[in-house]
Amino acid sequence: MDGTRILFDGFALLAMGSAGLCITRRNPVASALWLVVTLFALAALFVLLDAQFIAVLQVLVYAGAIMVLFLFVIMLLNLGRAAPTDLKGPLGLGVGVLLAGLLLVQLLVLRQAGPATGGAARATVEQGIIPTVARPLFTAYLVPFEITSLLLLAAIVGAVVLAKRKL
Amino acid sequence: MLLGPALTVSGVLFALGVLGVLLRRNAIVIFMCVELMLNAANLAFVAFAQQLGVAGQIFVFFVMAVAAAEAAVGLAIILAVYRHRHTVDLQNINLLKG
Repeated sequence: MDGTRILFDGFALLAMGSAGLCITRRNPVASALWLVVTLFALAALFVLLDAQFIAVLQVLVYAGAIMVLFLFVIMLLNLGRAAPTDLKGPLGLGVGVLLAGLLLVQLLVLRQAGPATGGAARATVEQGIIPTVARPLFTAYLVPFEITSLLLLAAIVGAVVLAKRKL
Repeated sequence: MLLGPALTVSGVLFALGVLGVLLRRNAIVIFMCVELMLNAANLAFVAFAQQLGVAGQIFVFFVMAVAAAEAAVGLAIILAVYRHRHTVDLQNINLLKG
C-alpha cells in the first residue's frame, strides 16, 4: 500500500465520517460546519485523483461561497438552535435507512462495471494543470460554457425576485 | 488505481445524502444533503476523468455552476417560505395553497 492510497483512505474516512455527522446533528449550524469538513476532504480526494484545479474550485466555490450562503441564511432566519421535531421518528428512520441502504447496495454493485484505462494524469504532465481543463472548456465545450452564464443570470434574477419583500 | 475506492466513497456519500433528505425535517439541512449528493456525483466524475480523459472534469465545472445557481434560488425560496409561515420545518409546511 503506497502513500497515495493511505492518504486517500484517510481523507475518504474523514469525508464519510463528517458526512454522517452532518446528517445527524440537530443543530443546523453544526450540520453546516460538518458539511464544510466533508467538502474540504473531498477537495483533498480530488487532488489525489489528479484534478488539482477542480480541488481549488471546490474550496473556493463550495466550501467558500456556497457554504457561507447557507450559514448566512441560517443566521438570518435565527435557526441556530435545534428544533425538537427535526429528526423523524422510528418509522421514518426505518424507512429512510432501508431506502438509503438499498441505494447503497445498488451503487456498490454498479461499481463492478469498470471502464478501460486511458489517462488524464498523462495529459496533466504534458500540458500543465489548468490548460488541461481550460482548453476543452473554451473549444469543445464553449457553447455549454456560454449557456452557463445565462443560467447564472437567471439564478440571480430569480433569487432577487423571490427574496425581495416588494418589488 | 484509485477508481474503485473513489466510486465506493462516492456511493457511500450519495447514500448518506439520500438518508439525510429522508431523515430530516429542517428545509435548510435537507438542502445541504442535496449538496452532499451533488458532491458525491462530482467525486465519481473526477474518478472516471482520471481514467478516461478530461471530459469528466469539465462536467464537474458545470455541476458546480448549476449547484451555485440552485443554492441561490433555493435559499431565496426558503427565505420566502419562512417569511410567509415563520418556520422552515417541513412538517408544518404542508399546504400547496396558502
